Amino acid sequence: MATQNSRSAARFMLAPAVVLLLGWMLVPLTMTLWFSFRKYLPLRGGDMGWVGFDNYVRFVSSSSFWPSIQTTLIIVGSVLIITVILGILLALLLDQPMWGQGVVRILVIAPFFVMPTVSALVWKNMFMDPVNGLFAHLWKFFGLTPIEWLSQASLPSLVMIVSWQWLPFATLILLTAIQSLNSEQLEAAEMDGAAVVSRFFHIILPHLARAITIVVLIQTIFLLSVFAEIFVTTGGAFGSKTLSYLIFQRVLESQNIGLGSAGGIYAVILANIIAIMLMRVVGKNLDA
Amino acid sequence: MGSITLKKVTKSFGSVDVIHPLDLTIDDGEFVVFVGPSGCGKSTLLRLIAGLEDVTSGHIEINGKDATDIPPAKRGLAMVFQSYALYPHMTVRKNIAFPLKMARLPKSEVDSKVEDAARILNLTDYLDRRPGQLSGGQRQRVAIGRSIVREPDAFLFDEPLSNLDAALRGNMRLEIAELHQSLKTTMIYVTHDQVEAMTLANKIVVLQNGVIEQVGSPLELYSNPANIFVAGFIGSPRMNLISGKRAHEHKAETIGIRPEHMSIVKGGKASKSKWQGTVGISEHLGSDTFIRVETDDLGAIVVRAPGDVGLKFGDKVTMTPDLSHLHRFDEAGLAIK
Repeated sequence: MATQNSRSAARFMLAPAVVLLLGWMLVPLTMTLWFSFRKYLPLRGGDMGWVGFDNYVRFVSSSSFWPSIQTTLIIVGSVLIITVILGILLALLLDQPMWGQGVVRILVIAPFFVMPTVSALVWKNMFMDPVNGLFAHLWKFFGLTPIEWLSQASLPSLVMIVSWQWLPFATLILLTAIQSLNSEQLEAAEMDGAAVVSRFFHIILPHLARAITIVVLIQTIFLLSVFAEIFVTTGGAFGSKTLSYLIFQRVLESQNIGLGSAGGIYAVILANIIAIMLMRVVGKNLDA
Repeated sequence: MGSITLKKVTKSFGSVDVIHPLDLTIDDGEFVVFVGPSGCGKSTLLRLIAGLEDVTSGHIEINGKDATDIPPAKRGLAMVFQSYALYPHMTVRKNIAFPLKMARLPKSEVDSKVEDAARILNLTDYLDRRPGQLSGGQRQRVAIGRSIVREPDAFLFDEPLSNLDAALRGNMRLEIAELHQSLKTTMIYVTHDQVEAMTLANKIVVLQNGVIEQVGSPLELYSNPANIFVAGFIGSPRMNLISGKRAHEHKAETIGIRPEHMSIVKGGKASKSKWQGTVGISEHLGSDTFIRVETDDLGAIVVRAPGDVGLKFGDKVTMTPDLSHLHRFDEAGLAIK
């Protein structure tokens, strides 16, 4: 894109995509902002005019607000830690030459293709059911009282389900990164006297920095909006209510669109705070 | 310190034998070059010595002690890789210091050794840069720096100059030769370029298909090749190899004559010791001209003539080989003494 001509041609051809994307984003955002300043109860009188910052004050002063923020951060944080650490270990394992490598890799990636609703239902009924679940059988086998996972340990259960879904994604990205490592670097480190553990921390892990950054950034975006898993398992009970679930409850269960919209704006702010923090902390890894 | 002995070493990958039983002695302080066409097993041999591959059978002795089962780091050898294998996330300083850090040397000692190595290799100004910000020649020097700080018993070079352009390759060749002069450490160098082999080595090992064809000093290989393969591989341009009736005249299956061991004149008559042909393509190098002469009974013959030789395409010429420099080979391709 060197000449004046090609630059303006490029702008002209990019314009439709930019306009479409802006519209796609700006229209809902503006509508949410608009409703967040109005008292809008669809089943109890409809749009009842401006209320200023009432919705914002009510949303924050609700007793569910801070716990929901806490739950959101716990789920996002735990799932990130689990998927990155296990992802690295799995990627190292899958990188080893072994019999049936291709099949094993496809099996490892498979959970990513299962829809969130389906996988949550499978976990809820097959593994975590306190009577018929596999975990219950395992516990009984060792003579223990089965845990009622979704009520007694609702957050760990959710973290487990969501991690299971996102582990393949992390593994896949990290595996390709490991495969792109020049094997001569590892051999050089071996000749330089680095043992297996030193080779991992001095050569492999720095090489993975960029891939880990990408995994963390992409997963954070999706994990902030985790919904289906909560909806089909706990239904937001037992302290498993995230910010996005709280907004859902305000809009659909309480039929209060104004209040829900104010929550939506808070969610946008939270996502931006996290995004800026992440870019500050790990974004420099993306520079070549 | 720095003698290496290979005893009946073999290496197979699955059912493919890459190295056939092979004996080799490398003395302390020698500059040994493994040379051969690609796929001849020279890099594998180097990796066996380094310990990056396990031998299938046989023994490797370093300084008189059996090192066959010693891990690479404990063999006291340093290796420079073809891709340099620098650690991209570390500065030049950290790259060079890495082996010392792994050996848990005190920081002051590490710093002084790194400074010394950087001074020897003219890298002092670049110590805080990353490998990505360096040129090919500088990266090469960092890789060498990383190996010299360890003060190894022997250096192993795996085609270290093949990623450099021609001019830089000449310079680096000189620098490596100077390094050997000043350190007097054993060096083993793998290359497919026979010019590098001839200019650097005390001792050349010519390999083909996992077998040593000949071992000797560069001039020994040049003037007394043991077989047709070595005769054709060492020397540029290649030795002219002639078989058939003309070879039988000299009681050999094949005869070989180097381009510089023939005189060439315009016109003339053919005889038993004079060959006739027509001038084909000439390569004018200034100091020399390499003339390709097309003959009826010998095929194409390359002759070295002075730079100002007045021969043109299509001229009829007569070549007179210097019989004292004629190489004769038998049916098996071995030299007839």
